[in-house]
Amino acid sequence: MSQHIGVIGLYVRDQDEALAFYTQKLGFTVHTDARNGSYRWLTVKHGDQPGFELGLFVPGPPTIDEATAQTLRAAVAKGAMPPLVMIVDDVHAAYAKMKALGVEFTQEPVARFGSVDASFRDPSGNGWKLNQERRGAT
Amino acid sequence: MQDEELLRRLLRAKDRMDAASQEEWPVSRLARVSAVSEAHFARSFKEAFGLPPHRYLLTRRIERAKALLRDTTLPVSEIAFQTGWKSLGTFGRTFRDVTGQSPGDLRAREKATPHDLDSVPGCYVHAAHRPDLTIAVSEKRRKENGGTDSSSNTEVP
Repeated sequence: MSQHIGVIGLYVRDQDEALAFYTQKLGFTVHTDARNGSYRWLTVKHGDQPGFELGLFVPGPPTIDEATAQTLRAAVAKGAMPPLVMIVDDVHAAYAKMKALGVEFTQEPVARFGSVDASFRDPSGNGWKLNQERRGAT
Repeated sequence: MQDEELLRRLLRAKDRMDAASQEEWPVSRLARVSAVSEAHFARSFKEAFGLPPHRYLLTRRIERAKALLRDTTLPVSEIAFQTGWKSLGTFGRTFRDVTGQSPGDLRAREKATPHDLDSVPGCYVHAAHRPDLTIAVSEKRRKENGGTDSSSNTEVP
């Protein structure tokens, strides 16, 4: 695949905290962790999608002025950022594993719409939906 | 602007109402979830999310009732019970005040209308049908009655 999405970024409140969460609890691995002064470009990748980077960025100067950054951090903490969806083979199994690791679930697995879904948040407040392929889907 | 750490804890109370809107959510219980004093909770929640906690809960209950009316054949009384109302009368009246139609009418209309939201995750479809309750139900009721309704100012639920 030569043409695809390379990076999509999330805003997080603390990059160390986010890195620990996404690697230790969700199983991502570090793709790039580059610092320049106080600026840190940090992305992680998922095992099955090595060409896609999920950026874990803190909104703030110098890329974003402090007042705007504060608004963005508040939006993240209020759960106002757009939904994220993670596809797994088995939502019940993923739920049990992640729950044991201390992931904050906001909805337990529910079977509906021909699938099973659950919801969790990262420490910053970003909301994820956990979903599995519909049975019979290819 | 509110402290981000406080906002994150307030979000936890909102998440808990989302997960179980049929349950009772007195301020004491919500304040405990957010680790905020009861005295500050309602004001902080409203400042963060734009509406008081009990009204937010009401929007979630109505949203859920609408989904059940649309997607199931459950009797209206069962839907009222499942979405947290203790009285069918209160449910019907509140539902009409918020949505402008009775539960039965909404069901009939929804069933007659084709939908093309099949490819959108179900929970987001439901969110799209959440009532935008910017004023109290009692206020809405008063306005629609031309200001002549002198009944209780108490919000439901």
